Amino acid sequence: MTEINRRDFIRFATVAGASLGFPQLALAANPKVVVVGGGVGGCTAAKYLRKLHPQTDVTLIETKKVYQSCFMSNEVLSGDRTLDSITFDYEGLKRHGVKVVIDRVDAIEPDKKQVVTQGGETFAYDACIVSPGVDFKWDAIEGYDEKVAEVVPHAWFAGPQTTTLRNQILAMPEGGKVIIVAPPNPYKCPPGPYERAAQIAMYCKHHKPKAKILILDPKDKFSKQGLFTQGWSKLYGFGTENSMIEWVGAAGGGTVEELDPSTMTLQAEIEEFQGDVINIIPPQKAGKVAFASDLADGDWCPVNKLTFESSKHKDVYVLGDASSAAKMPKSAYAANSQAKVAAAAIVSRFNGIEPPDPTFVNTCYSILGEEHGISVAAVYTLDKSSNTILPVKGAGGLSPMNASDQQRKREVSYAHSWFANLIDDMMM
Amino acid sequence: MMKKKMPYLLLGLAVLFPATAAAAPTGQALAFTCAGCHGTDGSSVGPSSPSIAGMDPEVFIDAMQGYKFDERNSTIMNRIAKGYNDEQIKSMAWFFAKQTLRLKPQKHDAALAKLGTKLHDEYCEKCHEDGGKPGDAGTLAGQWMPYLHYTMEDFVDGRRDYPRKMKRKVDAAIEAEGDRAIPALIHYYGSQH
Repeated sequence: MTEINRRDFIRFATVAGASLGFPQLALAANPKVVVVGGGVGGCTAAKYLRKLHPQTDVTLIETKKVYQSCFMSNEVLSGDRTLDSITFDYEGLKRHGVKVVIDRVDAIEPDKKQVVTQGGETFAYDACIVSPGVDFKWDAIEGYDEKVAEVVPHAWFAGPQTTTLRNQILAMPEGGKVIIVAPPNPYKCPPGPYERAAQIAMYCKHHKPKAKILILDPKDKFSKQGLFTQGWSKLYGFGTENSMIEWVGAAGGGTVEELDPSTMTLQAEIEEFQGDVINIIPPQKAGKVAFASDLADGDWCPVNKLTFESSKHKDVYVLGDASSAAKMPKSAYAANSQAKVAAAAIVSRFNGIEPPDPTFVNTCYSILGEEHGISVAAVYTLDKSSNTILPVKGAGGLSPMNASDQQRKREVSYAHSWFANLIDDMMM
Repeated sequence: MMKKKMPYLLLGLAVLFPATAAAAPTGQALAFTCAGCHGTDGSSVGPSSPSIAGMDPEVFIDAMQGYKFDERNSTIMNRIAKGYNDEQIKSMAWFFAKQTLRLKPQKHDAALAKLGTKLHDEYCEKCHEDGGKPGDAGTLAGQWMPYLHYTMEDFVDGRRDYPRKMKRKVDAAIEAEGDRAIPALIHYYGSQH
């Protein structure tokens, strides 16, 4: 059977199976799934595919030998945790029977249903999951590029960049100034830049009490704004003369146009700002492999949200930050939730039955001080007619404003649980 | 007669229109969304969000309904529980009831735990049978200690409906051992795995 004929046969078998009630009539005994990208989406999908359908042959391809989580990486900047504590190997996934290949994939080949790595290996697939996360739009801020980022870090991927930023904050003079350049929407981890400001302030409060942290923002509002503002006020004097944290939004001229790394000066829309440490989080789009594989439309990858199958190529599924999954945010928990929906949909396809109705959750914590945590949560369902993931009305939302100290403290410990369980669920 | 025929008629429709046969989210699919905080299949790896695997379905449903209608204090669960209807809560309850609880060892004070064993046997075992293993009441044995601590804080401080019988027993334990009583019980439960 040629590849095309075989595929047509499968398509026919799937349809026939669904309508004649022969759920087991489908693919070969051991369908092959190739997962490109070993982040939250890719790992969770690989683990749950094996869990839901153990005969699936799952290969996960990732460029790095270890996974370093962006969630909880701001806590490395304050010294609250080490980079080691957010670094994990892929041994756990192997214990679930996932084949882990450390190699680079430039592009997948949807027409040939195969993935060829830079190392020269070819992997044929029945279903391919692409979960590459985000990439930066390097041309958005003049004077800022990948090379300059070695000294003016983005620290938006955890790893050496996190260490660079941490060391720069440690080396900064007393009374120094840290500038965080926040990105425009949409980007991964919407509350991240604001938690970062709080985490840097948490360190400075103890070690450099005269330091300032300035956030330059091309937006006029941001995630959990009320709660951040309240927490910053309580902990770091926000809104007073002596505030450690200052935020300049779009209306105040917060949009940054240019960086001069030699003088550590940022040209914003209205004035210039000079910093001892500058952290630029550039605007974002889907990861490179998504563009090279013709999966993107604009900056992100459109998908059928019932299954997370690409709207552009059959049998390819795009998960997590790279997918266009409105109204879910680009968060770790969202990717974890989407991955399970995709895994169930792929297994349904292998079994020749309709995919189950999806259900999603997002939960995201931010830690503003040793005993001050806040969260946002949502439960989502799919509106099939508009292919939109909608939050269930009356549910979800933010931690209450003016919550007691006890509640805020509990949210810190639940944030740590969220981190540990999310890592465990995706790759252990 | 009509009633008997209905299922066949529905089956016929399902065959004709397979798309309409797509079920609402299954208990499994709903339960999978909890794992990011409560662990894969409800066994939390800690340090504080509770394990919910192996829970009695009634206890699970009571808890979720309590959160949903703001009758039970929480940080985040009252927001999440509002996202589900009774049927969905029930199907999650049955999913978790069928899961095996996997426990991890926790750091605990052995002397306190020993005192807690004695207190548990005397004051708690009657309702929290088998050292507090999942049963007719919530999971205590091996439960994450910070969660147990928060729960007792809520009972004692009046943020959670305190069953009269339980209050009498806890008061008696405090009467006997003073402020050590509740920590001792928590360390006893935390010592089990």
